[in-house]
Amino acid sequence: MTVTHPPAETLSVLDRPNSYIGKTVPRPNLDRLLQGRGQYVSDLELPRMAHVVFLRSPHAHARIAAIDADTARRMSGVIAIVTGRELEAVITPWVGVLSHLKGLKSAPQHAIAVDRVCWQGEAVAAIVAISRAAAEDAMEHIAVDYEELAAVTDMRTALDPATPVIHASLGDNLAFERTLDAGDVDHALSESEVVEAEFVFGRHTGVTLEPRAVVADWNAAEARLTIYQGTQAPHMVQNIAALHLGLREAQVRVVCKDVGGSFGIKVHIYADEMATYALSKLLRRPVKFVADRIESFNTDIHARDHRCRGRICVRPDGTITAFEIDDLTGIGPYSMYPRTSAIEANQVVNLVGGPYVTPNYRARARVVFQNKNVMCQYRAVGHPIACSVTEGLVDLAAAKIGMDPAEIRRRNLIADDAYPCASPSGMKFEQLSHHSSLAKLLQMMDYDALRAEQAALRAQNVYRGIGIASFIEVTNPSAAFYGVGGAKISSQDGVAVRLDAQGSVICQTSITEQGQGSEALTAQIVGSMLGVSMDRVRVTLGDTDNTPYGGGTWASRGAGIGGEAALQAAKALRRNILDVAAAILQSTPAGLDIVDNRIVNAADSVSRIELSELARIVYFRPDTLPPGIRPELMATRHFVPRQYPFAFTNGVQASWLEVDNETGFVTLLKHWVVEDCGTIINPQLVDEQIRGGVVQGLGAALFEKCIYDERGQLTNANMADYLVPMSGEMPDIEIGHVVSPTQESELGAKGAGEAGTAGAAAAVANAVNDALRPFGATITEIPLTPQVILTSLGRI
Amino acid sequence: MSAPVSVSLLVNGEPIDAFVLPRLNLADFLRENLKLTGTHVGCEHGVCGACTVRVDGEIVRSCLMLTVQAQGALVETIEGVSDSGEIADLQVAFRERNALQCGYCTPGMLITAQDLLKHSPAPDRQAIREHLSGNYCRCTGYQAIVDAVEATAKTRAERGT
Repeated sequence: MTVTHPPAETLSVLDRPNSYIGKTVPRPNLDRLLQGRGQYVSDLELPRMAHVVFLRSPHAHARIAAIDADTARRMSGVIAIVTGRELEAVITPWVGVLSHLKGLKSAPQHAIAVDRVCWQGEAVAAIVAISRAAAEDAMEHIAVDYEELAAVTDMRTALDPATPVIHASLGDNLAFERTLDAGDVDHALSESEVVEAEFVFGRHTGVTLEPRAVVADWNAAEARLTIYQGTQAPHMVQNIAALHLGLREAQVRVVCKDVGGSFGIKVHIYADEMATYALSKLLRRPVKFVADRIESFNTDIHARDHRCRGRICVRPDGTITAFEIDDLTGIGPYSMYPRTSAIEANQVVNLVGGPYVTPNYRARARVVFQNKNVMCQYRAVGHPIACSVTEGLVDLAAAKIGMDPAEIRRRNLIADDAYPCASPSGMKFEQLSHHSSLAKLLQMMDYDALRAEQAALRAQNVYRGIGIASFIEVTNPSAAFYGVGGAKISSQDGVAVRLDAQGSVICQTSITEQGQGSEALTAQIVGSMLGVSMDRVRVTLGDTDNTPYGGGTWASRGAGIGGEAALQAAKALRRNILDVAAAILQSTPAGLDIVDNRIVNAADSVSRIELSELARIVYFRPDTLPPGIRPELMATRHFVPRQYPFAFTNGVQASWLEVDNETGFVTLLKHWVVEDCGTIINPQLVDEQIRGGVVQGLGAALFEKCIYDERGQLTNANMADYLVPMSGEMPDIEIGHVVSPTQESELGAKGAGEAGTAGAAAAVANAVNDALRPFGATITEIPLTPQVILTSLGRI
Repeated sequence: MSAPVSVSLLVNGEPIDAFVLPRLNLADFLRENLKLTGTHVGCEHGVCGACTVRVDGEIVRSCLMLTVQAQGALVETIEGVSDSGEIADLQVAFRERNALQCGYCTPGMLITAQDLLKHSPAPDRQAIREHLSGNYCRCTGYQAIVDAVEATAKTRAERGT
């Protein structure tokens, strides 16, 4: 591991005796999951619970002329059949816009379609019954009379005058447009070599293994709604549910236990989830909705449906003089709520060219409506697009001037001692480490030896390629992401820590767990700060009644923001404990420390009193404490970044693969990542976040695509036809680190959740083009299916 | 829809007698009737492997099997193989290697891995990857799982079991 900042002279709070920070320790909650004793929402049953299924539109765009549910209503087990019009009385519609995305527009969206459906899969009616099977039986007997309307499916023609406008009230199909012009691109164009390409990305989706699931329980006697939901942002769900059901937030509790995968899919509010909340209120009983796999494909947000024209200007010496992009993306018929569907394109504009010193950058991004499923934020939002375009262009520029791909990066990456600095798009960088990272990567992969091996194999008609992709990643978002745009999505997080009566620690945090290790890193930080062993730290999360208010876990923010709140809360509790200990021991707080669950002398580490004994005295014999001592064995702290809008991280990836030029199949041989997420709290968890993220990016690179036909029908909405990475095709992934802690927090941690996904596809695409160079083929489209590869080789 | 029919089977060693609709699949029977929610449902069409259980010693996708087909069979779920201690070492290896994140694929993954280790005590990494290639994990990228299975194979070989 390379540390870019030398450690301070004195021990930091991270270096306390027996610190868990920086150590691999197993996550505390794993045995539950290993024994099949998790508590996922799909497992939950409540007394009187009903099940809802949704009748969904088979058309991409149609008017609902009539719904006949008379037969279905009379069927055994059916409790209610509710249409959009009927549900309107309980829940109000919403519009997915944010004020800081200027000009972003969308149309009102209903929990269940009213009069018109705008994509294949939009809910038309809810069938509530005593079992899911009974509800599905009844669903088959509902007759809907549709008048099919022209569907807008091709984003390239969505803005043409001849194309129908999906929402007449909006005037056109343009949801959002952003332009940027920094430096002097025209001058660069006139004085440099120019390479141009169109990059095409397959629309794909998260495919969480547990589908979206919610149980809504309206208790009419308490006038309170409890929502059990697999979500990344419980307080956001609380706010939105209350807002649209006409409740105060205090009347809504959101509980989130185990979540079977999320990756941004479960950070949004979906219409069918809103409908489930409303149905519970309407029917005054618990209602459960669990999406099946077809519903997941048709209604979980999709992402990355982009076509981006890119230009790069380069001088013969390798200096990159400009980047220019024109990005087009189709987001479905509505901007998603409440985070909006303009963020991805906005991120593409923010991030293209980001690792490089190039000052000249021009960009346009247009976001258009279509009659397809909605698109929104999925893991590494916008990063894979920006990285693939940037790194694809850099490789094309290198090829144009005959320079090695590693060398052109060396000549253009921002120097490691140039910080703080800003990108042409205005992104502020506190401290990045592109050059250290690239050097480490090349060493890990033994770049020169690999090039030699590649050349030797080419002589034997074996076509292997090396692809490199540098990237930057947005983490630890401040209020700049959503708060400033008017969304009630908190950018701060809170942690409460208390010592219980036996000297154990109970910790409540507003970040959530979907498997990243939020619970583990919170326990590691709290245990380290307090001098308490991890087995005595219990972490509670995912419950708006029982945690401080906060944002949750998304955008690589849990460790950096929630972790700092945990650190500060534990420090405060430590001070409180030492105050009491000093009073009991007739010492001073500065003369004492807490190590291994006991109070010790700071000077000689002699044990003075067990924490359990201190807790016993405080809770049961306060009468024996000196007068005036008011022990406070609980502390709460909140944290939000204020100095930088985002804590940018950086890294670089490399792919080594083989292309079969007869079949078009790609075999991934090895993948490397060097990543800089600042302070590493748990090396194993960071590495596993990166590996998992890489494989999601590899799926996008080779397999994953939601294939729509020209009528807006999703033709591969199942796991047999929509291909995901399985263990057989995936390579081993080697990971290295450079450590540049953020100075904005004492912990120094930045995020690591999206780095893998950000750069994996770009590395693979560059490697495939590297492998195909002898054939003169260049591909700028993913997924790189055999069909795409053989087409580029002129074989089909 | 026909009427419920009677079915008798052993689940994790316990005799079960039930009346079920002929269309009820084994995954739903285990989860909804017996509350054995460790068997997870991911795709309901036999692709993802989350619902993998053992029937008469063979791994099957319980979403593709009807409950009535399990008449007279011995069905073992993650709860059973956990409580018996059969896969305790594999579970430890998964924990040590963080071979799970959200945990939703994990019961099926463990049962599938145990099947491999029973039939092939010293599999290489590619053999492990091949055997697990019907079990979808979106979180880990699989490497940690392969590592954990490989480590378990080695320790079992050293123990001579």
